Amino acid sequence: MNSLDTLIRMANQIATNLAHEPDPAAATAEHIHLFWDPRMKQMIRAHDGTGLCPVAQAAIARLAMAA
Amino acid sequence: MTYQPQADFGTPASRADETVTLTIDGRAVTVPAGSSVMRAAAEQGTAIPKLCATDMLESFGSCRLCLVEIEGRKGTPASCTTPVEPGMVVHTQTPRLQQLRKGVMELYISDHPLDCLTCAANGDCELQDQAGAVGLREVRYPAGDNHLGQCKDISNPYFDFDPSKCITCSRCVRACDEVQGTLALTVQGRGFGSKISAGLASDDFLGSECVSCGACVQACPTATLVEKKVVEIGTPERAVVTTCAYCGVGCTFRAEMRGEQLVRMVPWKEGKANRGHSCVKGRFAWGYAQHQDRILKPMIRASIDQPWREVEWDEAMAYAASELKRISATYGKHALGGITSSRCTNEETFLVQKLVRAGFGNNNVDTCARVCHSPTGYGLKTTFGTSAGTQDFDSVEDSDVILVIGANPTDAHPVFGSRMKQRLRQGARLIVIDPRRTDMVRSPHIAADYHLPVRPGTNVAILTALAHVIVTEGLADDEFIRERCDEDEYRHWADFVALDRNSPETLEPVTGVAADLVRGAARLYATGGNGAIYYGLGVTEHSQGSSTVMAIANLAMATGNIGRRGVGVNPLRGQNNVQGACDMGSFPHELSGYRHISDKAVRDLFERDWGVSLDPEPGLRIPNMLDAATDGVFKAIYIQGEDILQSDPNTAHVAAGLAAMECVIVHDLFLNETANYAHIFLPGSTFLEKDGTFTNAERRIQLVRKVMSPLNGHEDWQVTQMLARALGLDWAYTHPSEIMDEIARLTPSFKGVSHQRLDAEASLQWPVDDKHPDGSPIMHVDGFVRGKGKFVVTDYVPTDEKTGPRFPLLLTTGRILSQYNVGAQTRRTANEVWHDEDVLEIHPVDAEDRGVRTGNWVKLASRAGATTLRALVTDRVAPGVVYTTFHHPETQANVVTTDYSDWATNCPEYKVTAVQVAPSNGPSDWQQDYQAQSTRSRRIVQRDAAE
Repeated sequence: MNSLDTLIRMANQIATNLAHEPDPAAATAEHIHLFWDPRMKQMIRAHDGTGLCPVAQAAIARLAMAA
Repeated sequence: MTYQPQADFGTPASRADETVTLTIDGRAVTVPAGSSVMRAAAEQGTAIPKLCATDMLESFGSCRLCLVEIEGRKGTPASCTTPVEPGMVVHTQTPRLQQLRKGVMELYISDHPLDCLTCAANGDCELQDQAGAVGLREVRYPAGDNHLGQCKDISNPYFDFDPSKCITCSRCVRACDEVQGTLALTVQGRGFGSKISAGLASDDFLGSECVSCGACVQACPTATLVEKKVVEIGTPERAVVTTCAYCGVGCTFRAEMRGEQLVRMVPWKEGKANRGHSCVKGRFAWGYAQHQDRILKPMIRASIDQPWREVEWDEAMAYAASELKRISATYGKHALGGITSSRCTNEETFLVQKLVRAGFGNNNVDTCARVCHSPTGYGLKTTFGTSAGTQDFDSVEDSDVILVIGANPTDAHPVFGSRMKQRLRQGARLIVIDPRRTDMVRSPHIAADYHLPVRPGTNVAILTALAHVIVTEGLADDEFIRERCDEDEYRHWADFVALDRNSPETLEPVTGVAADLVRGAARLYATGGNGAIYYGLGVTEHSQGSSTVMAIANLAMATGNIGRRGVGVNPLRGQNNVQGACDMGSFPHELSGYRHISDKAVRDLFERDWGVSLDPEPGLRIPNMLDAATDGVFKAIYIQGEDILQSDPNTAHVAAGLAAMECVIVHDLFLNETANYAHIFLPGSTFLEKDGTFTNAERRIQLVRKVMSPLNGHEDWQVTQMLARALGLDWAYTHPSEIMDEIARLTPSFKGVSHQRLDAEASLQWPVDDKHPDGSPIMHVDGFVRGKGKFVVTDYVPTDEKTGPRFPLLLTTGRILSQYNVGAQTRRTANEVWHDEDVLEIHPVDAEDRGVRTGNWVKLASRAGATTLRALVTDRVAPGVVYTTFHHPETQANVVTTDYSDWATNCPEYKVTAVQVAPSNGPSDWQQDYQAQSTRSRRIVQRDAAE
């Protein structure tokens, strides 16, 4: 598993576990914002979304907008 | 201080609030009701002669030496078993008593070897003292039948048993019963034939169920049970109180010394974490401090295929600084990072994270808590507002129901395990949730009311099922929830857990636990009185570790089991200073006191104090560092007191990450496994050689005191400071107390902490601030730190680590009593006699299917790697589950574990790995390759030879 695969997996995990938050995508984006280092965030933002679940995709989109 | 034995008041203190005034030898004394006359006399300063009494044990009344006269009463009652009464008039020294005591003592001495001058306990023997105290001057009895000349039992590596010197006072037997709770010792025979025995008459101490906690040795009033070190060295001449460097219980000991030589570690009775008790590790397993494997000189090498070259400290520091600067200039400052250690002091940990943030210029600092209790930090901060357990250890005395989940306290936190067992024997009820049948489930006089043998990886499901029962059967504490928690969030959570899909019946196929057991356990926890939850790494080291912690918090809040003695949520921390390392800002996203690095106000505070700008972005966690290293962008790391190659998951990936770095600095006692990939080795100091503080699992900050000079010449905080100065930082600390002053200045929860205060008050439990000037034994008493308690929906998400045809079994890992973590310390002690290799526990059915018997070599393989080890066929584990420990590098259990991790914190999923087990005839390829690499990497060119 390379680093990007790991990040995709991590993002999906976060999204799945925050699925019961009022706004899961926002909660996922916030979690990544708070706990990932800049390079990891940049890598996931630069990714085309393949392999990401819909909530994670939405979260990454929010991160990209905020960046 | 000059050597004085610890004060012994003869019988335990009474906890009664009301007092009684009596007169002893003409002087009035006021003591708590329920005190013994002996205790009252001792508190007054009158030492009544005694042999079978000691204040660690309940009174026994067998030696007949502590007789007193009480006005208005007939006879001469034993003062240890006679409770005080108002107006009682006691005489402790009269001609009649003197004659009686002399007679009793004469009988004892008539059957005791008179070898005092050559006895190991000479000068430190209660029998000797009491013979003097009663004025015994002669023994009139002629030689006759006696117990002299019996064979010694020297089987235990740490203490001898000489039955010839035994006075059969039963203190050892009672210590094993009352203090330790193992009940390994007994008195065999009757009358003159009475003899202390470890287990059956055929057993010696080593072969018995004795766990070598040493409580019997401490209790023995003669030299019958005596430490081999005392026999070898002699009695101590001074004692220094310090804190144990093993598990998170944080036992305090008197390091009893002769010169700079440690003679023995004796649990400090005033220590509030351990109350005078210890385990085999803390009391006896300190020989590693002087082990020949210790590296005492700095070493460097240009590449890991070269041998090490010993250098002076200046050269090592200059080389380290030049390499770090080169790498920063070449690859950017984010190519550097550091790892703090939960085995080091708060002060040392604080300095390492400061070095990374202020010196390296980034937040790439993490700690070994990443791989153990990081989900505790996340989960409890989210739900309660504080990243720490809620109780002190004493709290268990008021617990009515104890729920232990994913923890094995009798092995991993043995001193607290004994406290827990004491409470259970008093009648508290017990629920154990664990895939294995641990000793808590069933051991002498202990039996869990419910054992839920949950399938590894389904903790969230079982906790949700418990919550389902509590909510749907109306067992929630509505008043507590209304007053203390966010009601909307509670209703959202309650609606979720009440769904049919979360019922014990629906989840039974998932968890593997019968629904009626779950329902019974839930009812007991919710309605059995004060309910306390204790948990360990069996909770955190999962892909839903953080969710499990929050699910536990939900249960406690839903039942009102927070904010008073006897209840709470209690993470049992693995290493001695896990709590402290986390408190000190070791995580890459937060500064000390758990304040996020993105908080400008907090950053401003540190920037002003440190005179640097801080990066507002979180740094890399350990697994992210390793990923970045294999990506070629993370190039240098300073690792203090950790062995990530052995302790972290997926060893091959860790090795690849380390091998990809250009500068690995290992700062440790030994050439550990990580050092095989290091370029610079900085020798570390043991806890005996340094000053500082540790913070235990109950947030208790205690002093670590230097009892001997560091063999390597420097305490660890000094080494970090040397490195910082070599990098150009103007650090000038002269003592760790100054570092603690800085911590207190910058960390609200430590505001009132100082070494001076700790020296005076022995310990403080954070927060120590304006609102809690004397600390906080129990948290969330008047409300949660975050305001309202937060219920979080924790939906069960199955792990991606699936069993299948290739890997049909689930591996879970853990610890054993005699070894500690990666074993770097305990493997270099006589503790090896109990556990000299990691073994694989496998259920008889699974073993039969594979043709495996106990003692057979087996190959343990997962998708990450394979290793070989011996099998132990046992029904402690359920069918489909195998278990091993990770204490030995020859086995490297983490070759098998994967890099799957907790969703919130990246804490590795150590507890669930799909594996296959098959008979084997030799080491795995990894083991063979690694052994060769390890041997090659440990070559050292000594300085003299190099010159």
